[in-house]
Amino acid sequence: MQDPDYDVVIVGAGVSGCATARELSRLEAHVLVIEREEDVCCGTSKANSAIVHAGYDARTGSLMARLNVEGSRLMPSLCESLGVDFMRIGSLVVCTSEDMLPGLEELRQRGVDNGVEGLEVVDRPRLLELEPSVAHAALGALWAPTAGIVNPFQLNVALAEDANVNGVSFRFNSRVSGLSRDDGGCWHVSCSTGDVTCRAVVNAAGVHADELHNLVSADRLAITPRRGQYYVLDTTAGNHVRHTIFSQPTALGKGVLVTPTTAGNLLVGPNAEDIADKEGTDTTAEGLAEVAEKSSVAVRDVPLREVITSFSGLRAHQPGHDFVIGEVPDAPGFVDCAAIESPGLSACPAIGRMVAGIVRDILSLAPKPAITPWRSSFVSLERATAEEWAALVETDPAYGRVICRCRRVSEAQIVNAIHAPLGARSLDAVKRRTEACMGRCQAGFCTPKIMEILAREIEGVDMSDITKAGPGSGIVIRTDRDGSAGDGR
Amino acid sequence: MTRYDVVVVGGGPAGLAAALSARGEGARSVLVIERDTKLGGILNQCIHNGFGLITFNEELTGPEYAARFEDRVLAADIDLMLDTMVLDVSDDRIVTCVNAEDGLVRIQAGAVVLAMGCRERPRGALNIPGFRPAGIFTAGTAQRLVNIEGLIPGCEVVILGSGDIGLIMARRMTLEGAHVACVAELMPYSGGLKRNIVQCLDDFGIPLLLSHTVTRVEGERRVEAVWVAQVGDDGRPVPGTEVRYPCDTLLLSVGLLPENELSRQAGVELSSVTRGPVVNESLETSVAGIFACGNVLHVHDLVDYVSQEAGVAGGRAGAYADLIAAGKTPRQGHEIALRARDGVRYTVPQSIDPARMADRLVVRFRVGGVFENRYVSVYLDGERIQHRRKSILVPGEMEQVVLKRDELLAHADLSEVTVRLEED
Amino acid sequence: MEERTLTCIRCPRGCAVTVTLEDGAVVSVRGNSCPRGDAYARAEVTNPTRVVTTTVPVRGSDTERMVSVKTAGDVPKSKVFDVMGALRGIEVTAPVEIGDVLLADVAGTGVDVVATKRA
Repeated sequence: MQDPDYDVVIVGAGVSGCATARELSRLEAHVLVIEREEDVCCGTSKANSAIVHAGYDARTGSLMARLNVEGSRLMPSLCESLGVDFMRIGSLVVCTSEDMLPGLEELRQRGVDNGVEGLEVVDRPRLLELEPSVAHAALGALWAPTAGIVNPFQLNVALAEDANVNGVSFRFNSRVSGLSRDDGGCWHVSCSTGDVTCRAVVNAAGVHADELHNLVSADRLAITPRRGQYYVLDTTAGNHVRHTIFSQPTALGKGVLVTPTTAGNLLVGPNAEDIADKEGTDTTAEGLAEVAEKSSVAVRDVPLREVITSFSGLRAHQPGHDFVIGEVPDAPGFVDCAAIESPGLSACPAIGRMVAGIVRDILSLAPKPAITPWRSSFVSLERATAEEWAALVETDPAYGRVICRCRRVSEAQIVNAIHAPLGARSLDAVKRRTEACMGRCQAGFCTPKIMEILAREIEGVDMSDITKAGPGSGIVIRTDRDGSAGDGR
Repeated sequence: MTRYDVVVVGGGPAGLAAALSARGEGARSVLVIERDTKLGGILNQCIHNGFGLITFNEELTGPEYAARFEDRVLAADIDLMLDTMVLDVSDDRIVTCVNAEDGLVRIQAGAVVLAMGCRERPRGALNIPGFRPAGIFTAGTAQRLVNIEGLIPGCEVVILGSGDIGLIMARRMTLEGAHVACVAELMPYSGGLKRNIVQCLDDFGIPLLLSHTVTRVEGERRVEAVWVAQVGDDGRPVPGTEVRYPCDTLLLSVGLLPENELSRQAGVELSSVTRGPVVNESLETSVAGIFACGNVLHVHDLVDYVSQEAGVAGGRAGAYADLIAAGKTPRQGHEIALRARDGVRYTVPQSIDPARMADRLVVRFRVGGVFENRYVSVYLDGERIQHRRKSILVPGEMEQVVLKRDELLAHADLSEVTVRLEED
Repeated sequence: MEERTLTCIRCPRGCAVTVTLEDGAVVSVRGNSCPRGDAYARAEVTNPTRVVTTTVPVRGSDTERMVSVKTAGDVPKSKVFDVMGALRGIEVTAPVEIGDVLLADVAGTGVDVVATKRA
């Protein structure tokens, strides 16, 4: 019988899939990541709170708790070595009702049981010192100094780049439609861009992980998309709070968080709404109104007037409310990495290790003798000093040409994003790698310029071919004069 | 560090006129810094006509108007830095900018003229629910794609906002073969010039839906439809009035915002009404030696008035720079507040020192609603000195009154000048 | 006797002008505040005209992909789309000066299309 095309096929290029890919790239294995969208980081990984949770929230003894705490410990050095923005700003769970105060101590104890360090219940005076903008009704809080914020796009991209540089192949715009295992134990993956065979499959398919799982197992998995909507506020509002602020859940339900982001914006949200549609990443008037209303519970005067955009993300929720990670008993070689809802981002370094470890043991994979160290070339001119910027222009004059004026993103950064491993091909892909289009003008100014650069840098591509986010999302539908449809349609 | 008497930030119509005026006023060295590869600013993409009726007594297109000023700038020994982004203006007038050739450059200016123009309000600021498909553009971005890049954004278009840019793009898209289903306008009146309603909508039978707004966008990857609803007196959508318009493009013309990030960094005081710097009769901001003009100061409708205003700012900047160069300290002014009342939404300038005024001062203002048969009145404290009947006043058209220095100086102990609307 | 009210577009004031016609000829014009408005209103009801502004692609320019153009004078309103059609497929070569005639007597109107931008 023929050798399988690959040792491992990973379905899904979100943070879970890419963290796993990176870990597997340290082992002797041929690995392929199959991704439905045109780029990495196009599902839940691009639409979340960007928080690295300390780890007190998950139930003690659960996989979530263990991997959250482990991931949170690994995150700073991982980001440091990959060149990804991470800031350990700490978080506060704010209590606004007398009868809920004991809950803070319970939460602290749970955190201690989970292995979280530095937790402290603080009273109002201390809380005000830590966070002057806290609501008038705030009575105290759980202070978690080990919590942080990360740039999820950079993280996902960097993990993928590292994996790719170390031999992992990626296929985009590719849908998995079928899975079967032959008598020899080889997996057959039916894929829209060509079927592949492999010895092991990793199911990192986000909200669709249940569909994939249920193709191979009689033991049903059910994933419910739990939608959360967010406001993004201008960087002028970015220091409204110093830490990530959570509202303690009350009888009325979970609150929303208010947090700075690594890029300097303020993020407000999410609400939580179970929906039926797995593609339901649209925002709704009701959802946004709910977030607006809840935003003032823990934090005073949130300047919602400074909103620059809103978005929604789907969490892959499963009734047991824990990660589902492991080889499926009735589908040997098929490894679930499913139901990765919050704290999935926080846990991803640990998730990657765990899943790769499971696959390694199934396939008896040996470590590679050498790996290529990888550091992504993300640059922030917004945060660079004048001298740093001048030095960059010396290395490449294109750092001196500002394309996105809201976020000070230069042509050099955009060109680098295009030519990096798994380089950007669309506006959104450029956005994820550079921060362009994420400013107050929301790509009004830079869109034509980025289109021009993409068309110039990519072989055989015209401005009229450029898409926002892959096939079906062409920026322009017609080119001038001749009436023919552009590739976008 | 390089020194210039006057540094102008922005090479659009305001910047060009300011630079010429500064040079004309005797400033020895004038520099215009422009982030695009050419001068002209937004005029480069405003290929329609209607510019220059007042300045040149001709009807010119935007690029022609820009070329007139560009030619004069090129002939006037004014230095240019193109393809250069200004990153910071300090309160002691050090301008920091960056470009590919020179890297980071710091320039000490005697006086600075802020002429950065404005940007458009995006969909994100309106929180229109829906997915984030391709096909949603601000009207100006669409205008750039069509007129500069030669790319047509779409075939079936709905436009939100009846400001001039939205109206102009309704015509532009139609001429290029697209179908514009409607223009929805939140207010009960249009924000654009009458002339544009006629030539951009009526000419093509494009319906203008006043008191309407877009409540939802359909389509995941590309716009597939928008829902348009009536709005009530409270400005909120009326349930049950939503109509679905299948389309592939939504153009937004929902507000222009003066681009004052640099002004903020310099510590310049901004008006929450105009969203531009608060200025005195010399169009000087709250930071000495920093002047402002054009759309960065307040959003204009006619470029001719931009050029006039910029001429004042540039001239005053030149005079200021001269004093600085001669080692003199510009005299502290005695500012008198200029108040906007009773239907007048704002005035530019917001304060006047009569002793520093020229003979005549043009005070520009906008009204806050649609007014018919009103008097535009000017009061010096309690004394009315002007009372002019206007048959129609609308927010979309900037108005002006002219003040005479002699009159202000003659009024003893003047504490306040008021511009207001009166019924009789 | 026929009365038509229209908005004058000759300047931003947009005066509401009422034209009285008898047997297709203009009898009186009122509501305008200047002679341009009078001339506009008369023409608009008997023979409406427009200036057409658009762009054409330009080849060989360092700075421009498109050159903005206009009809050098008014053309009949009914011919606007004919003008657009006549310009379709036209490509111009740099250098181009403002005022250069790019298409003479467009769509038989007797009016030239001229460049309004340098390229």
